[in-house]
Amino acid sequence: MQERASVQAAKKGFALPQVPKILVYIVGFIPAVWLFYAGITDQLGADPMRTLEQELGEWAFRFLIATLTITPLRQLFSVNLLRYRRAIGLLAFYYALLHLITYTVLDQGLDFAAIGADIVKRPYITIGMATFVILVPLAITSNNLSIRRLGGQAWAKLHKLVYLAAIGAALHFILVVKSWPLEPLIYAAIVAVLLGYRLVRSLGRKPAPRRRPA
Amino acid sequence: MLIRRPSDILPSEITPREIYLNRRQWMAGAAGLGLAAAFPGWAEAAPLSAAKSPFSTDEKLTSREDVTSYNNYYEFGVDKDDPAKNAGTLKTSPWTVKIDGLVGKPQEIGIEDLIKSSTLEERIYRMRCVEGWSMVIPWVGFPLSDLIKRAEPLGSAKYVAFETANRPNEMSGLRTVFPVLDWPYTEGLRLDEAMHPLTILAVGLYGETLPNQNGAPIRLVVPWKYGFKGIKSITRISFVEKQPQTAWNKQTPSEYGFYANVNPNVDHPRWSQATERRIGEGGLFAKRRPTLMFNGYAEQVASLYNGMDLKKYY
Repeated sequence: MQERASVQAAKKGFALPQVPKILVYIVGFIPAVWLFYAGITDQLGADPMRTLEQELGEWAFRFLIATLTITPLRQLFSVNLLRYRRAIGLLAFYYALLHLITYTVLDQGLDFAAIGADIVKRPYITIGMATFVILVPLAITSNNLSIRRLGGQAWAKLHKLVYLAAIGAALHFILVVKSWPLEPLIYAAIVAVLLGYRLVRSLGRKPAPRRRPA
Repeated sequence: MLIRRPSDILPSEITPREIYLNRRQWMAGAAGLGLAAAFPGWAEAAPLSAAKSPFSTDEKLTSREDVTSYNNYYEFGVDKDDPAKNAGTLKTSPWTVKIDGLVGKPQEIGIEDLIKSSTLEERIYRMRCVEGWSMVIPWVGFPLSDLIKRAEPLGSAKYVAFETANRPNEMSGLRTVFPVLDWPYTEGLRLDEAMHPLTILAVGLYGETLPNQNGAPIRLVVPWKYGFKGIKSITRISFVEKQPQTAWNKQTPSEYGFYANVNPNVDHPRWSQATERRIGEGGLFAKRRPTLMFNGYAEQVASLYNGMDLKKYY
């Protein structure tokens, strides 16, 4: 269903120059490569582990938000970037994985007792971990084979979990900081707008499936 | 420049800065001076003479660069590098500290007079932030008790309240649409905590006057408490009868108590306080170290809290 929609939309969308998807991955991984390089060469400030951890988390969140902008961009502005959505979504997952590895290995030194206590006792870590768990099946099924196996509708339904992941990421970010600094609130507001847009649109729509005029 | 070992110097002696700074520290200081042009807040850094103190730790110092570039000073922004970037706008001269409330001698003292009339000491203290990181900082300052004695507190004075400068024109963090804290920043101590010999008013670090991002021209340092108790750029010290309101406690009372003693057994509601990362130690692969009760100053201060439930009075 999603694929078909993309073909339809692509016909009426802007004629954007198409770039190979591999380029999205290459560009997308530049921040991670730079961060690791900067970390090893002592360019991440006084608390390099914390900077690395936070930056990887923020990039995961940015890519997650980027996947959520694809549909509104297409529907509202006829800008069709659908063919890059899978790559962007997977980048969000890879960054979340790197963020998690930084926390477990570099921050906690694989102290599983401390990590376990954190997951149970600390809401922001509970939420962060749950958000990552949600992203796992989405990443695993982000391929054509899975879409065929699951069927388009079931696959699309499963991938609606990304909305929950976005809410989880927003809460995770708000809960990790002291007081109410602006940055996590801005991210949360963006998520609210992107999800609110979908809610309003789904409420305004008739329950019967939309048909294109013959 | 003459660099000599300070082995034969009594703690009571005033020691010239060139002598007591060892070579590594001196080089860090020199690097700091080199950066003064880039950071306006450092432009006025002036050397301070200070005697060594038996209260100093011999742990490895956190580099001057880290001490002066990784700061929590929300009046200049919430990111760690914001204060070093933005605090240069604070005018620290002229500067007066008003002493009022339940005292026999209320007064307003100019910072130069205060420094001139005090016996400055170098105090190398551990600093443990409530966020779970720590530093070792060579402060220059004098015991708060010196100032308190001069003010002659009345018998009714039970607490000391502190206030930071409140200058939106000079403090970018005070001009945000949504205030991060209820400005001005306020802090407080029980009178016996304030009188404790470990409690100092710092006017410098690394042998020089404080950079703005570290709380110039005068700040509180209470080494057995979380860093946020160390109120910066103090303009007012009041002696009061009731426990004063403190900025972080007002913001989130369930997370930041009045006492805020470093305690590995009492977690912050959102994170553990059992361990900490020492800034500058091991870079990206630094291991956490266990946090010590009262930040390692239990021997000196534990008796202040005899019989108190530290889980309740966090």
